[in-house]
Amino acid sequence: MLTGDDAMATITSSETGKVGRVRNSGFRLPLAVISYLQAIPLTLILGFFLLLPILMITVVSFWDYDFAQMYPDFLTMNYEETLGSWVTWKTYLNTLKFAVLVWAITLVIGFWVAYFLAFHIRTTSMQMVLFLVCTVPFLTSNIIRMISWIPVLGRNGLINSALVNSGLISNPIEWLLYSDFAVVLAMVHLYTLFMVTPIFNTLMRIDKSLVEAARDAGASSWQILTNVIIPLAKPGMAIGTIFVVTLVMADFSTVQVMSGGQSASVALMMKNQMSLLQYPAAAANAVVLLALVLTMVAGILRVVDIRKEL
Amino acid sequence: MHREPRSREFYLLAIFFAVFVLFLYGPLSAVLILSFQGPNGGLTFPLNGVSLRWFANLFETQAVGDFGGSFRRSAMLGIMVMLVTVAVSLLAGLAFRRGFIGATALFYLAVASLVVPSIIVSLGIGVLFNQLGLQPAWYSSGFGAHLTWTLPFGVLIMFAVFNRFSPAYEEAARDLGASSWQTFSNVVLPMIAPSLIGVGLFGFTLSYDEFARTLMTSGSFNTLPLEIYGMTTNVTTPVLYALGTVTTVFSFLVIAGTLGLIVHLNRRRLKS
Repeated sequence: MLTGDDAMATITSSETGKVGRVRNSGFRLPLAVISYLQAIPLTLILGFFLLLPILMITVVSFWDYDFAQMYPDFLTMNYEETLGSWVTWKTYLNTLKFAVLVWAITLVIGFWVAYFLAFHIRTTSMQMVLFLVCTVPFLTSNIIRMISWIPVLGRNGLINSALVNSGLISNPIEWLLYSDFAVVLAMVHLYTLFMVTPIFNTLMRIDKSLVEAARDAGASSWQILTNVIIPLAKPGMAIGTIFVVTLVMADFSTVQVMSGGQSASVALMMKNQMSLLQYPAAAANAVVLLALVLTMVAGILRVVDIRKEL
Repeated sequence: MHREPRSREFYLLAIFFAVFVLFLYGPLSAVLILSFQGPNGGLTFPLNGVSLRWFANLFETQAVGDFGGSFRRSAMLGIMVMLVTVAVSLLAGLAFRRGFIGATALFYLAVASLVVPSIIVSLGIGVLFNQLGLQPAWYSSGFGAHLTWTLPFGVLIMFAVFNRFSPAYEEAARDLGASSWQTFSNVVLPMIAPSLIGVGLFGFTLSYDEFARTLMTSGSFNTLPLEIYGMTTNVTTPVLYALGTVTTVFSFLVIAGTLGLIVHLNRRRLKS
């Protein structure tokens, strides 16, 4: 993180260089004070709607509860029940399995799409148009995009009827919808853009003369790809990984809708506990999940400085 | 730039890209087509005649929950979130640009806001409001929950914008005698306006489509995504697709309008 602070320090010093020239006309707040005033709204909103709720969850995870309400207490029961149950471990493993699968698939798709846009499309305006074509679906409703797989994958859906009519198979394939396959497919559909965008962003910043130099030195296009472009694309891949992994780890709706209730994820388990008003149990789960997710993100942030990549 | 003939790699990747785009839009178009399903048609192909029956069905309150009300709430919430996201991200962007003690901590708090699972934010705000004795509602707790999702995007975008923004323009304005407010409103603001509109678009669409964070925070009235989510479990007619078509078309209109505005602003700036 040191490098990031250095970058921040350079910005600061170049700014303070100009400060000396500000005219002294009328009343003026010191610039340092203005910075704090400008940062206050963000701090307050995130403090009240993010930090405080997380603190609250941590506190509540030690509370007692019955079918109707919660009682302030200091019990480790909720954690013991959560971590002592094999169902929890299975659910965590299942969630991690989804995360790994979706991550690997989105990484491959995301890289090739970004690479195509950045290195094979020659005009900037065409790049922007094609990038927007990829972006627009991601600005529409996740649930609708999930549901839209039902007429495609279902028992009488497009794929099954096409396969049956062409005589390739005699009975519709059952595992297309309401299965782990459907969950992974829908997640890839929902989250690939979060991989495409950061990789595209890093690829666009690669100096094209590096590629020219490699070619002049006799590198084949495959060598250029593996020795120049992929190493330079790693920060983008890391940021995309943060997005995709955290989105999959937090997902409950895709798992619920696309598996038809046959598969589980940690967030879905939490949601079920919440609908049974078992808030302390859900809170204990939340703390464990949060610790896991933040550890993963912290691990990735050790290799990449987000602020330098923006 | 010299033009060389397209390589085989280009054609392979072009096909890959085309398949990807088909993968993105194909299922969506299935929903679009099936929402015109005939009155006796089901949730899958083939089309059993063509009708507007399911769209008409949307506006009968007994058929699907409260479509009109939830749409109004979602649109209103989206606009509120959009305005606050633009203003707060811009201010934070300016603060980060100048730098201050604690900037790193605040930046990572914003990143944390992005990576904390949405259902945890939802649960936390729900329990917090409950313990404070406040009634959760879409315009208070739901509003705050959505901001924890849109603000990090806004802040990251502003960060990227100011990383690329040369101070030379402001120095020139100041040398010409502009006050710091004049420099900001006449030089900086017009230059970053397209990005701010982009932040606004993100704020609106992310809020309009968000539902994990609204789950525990919307209070007694549903937003549109919650309504749709409820429908996935108990509605078995194409009215679900009709609703999908309507909200998707609405999203497309919002996106197209915003992009049009950005292009228009850029053209005007290039002319002057």
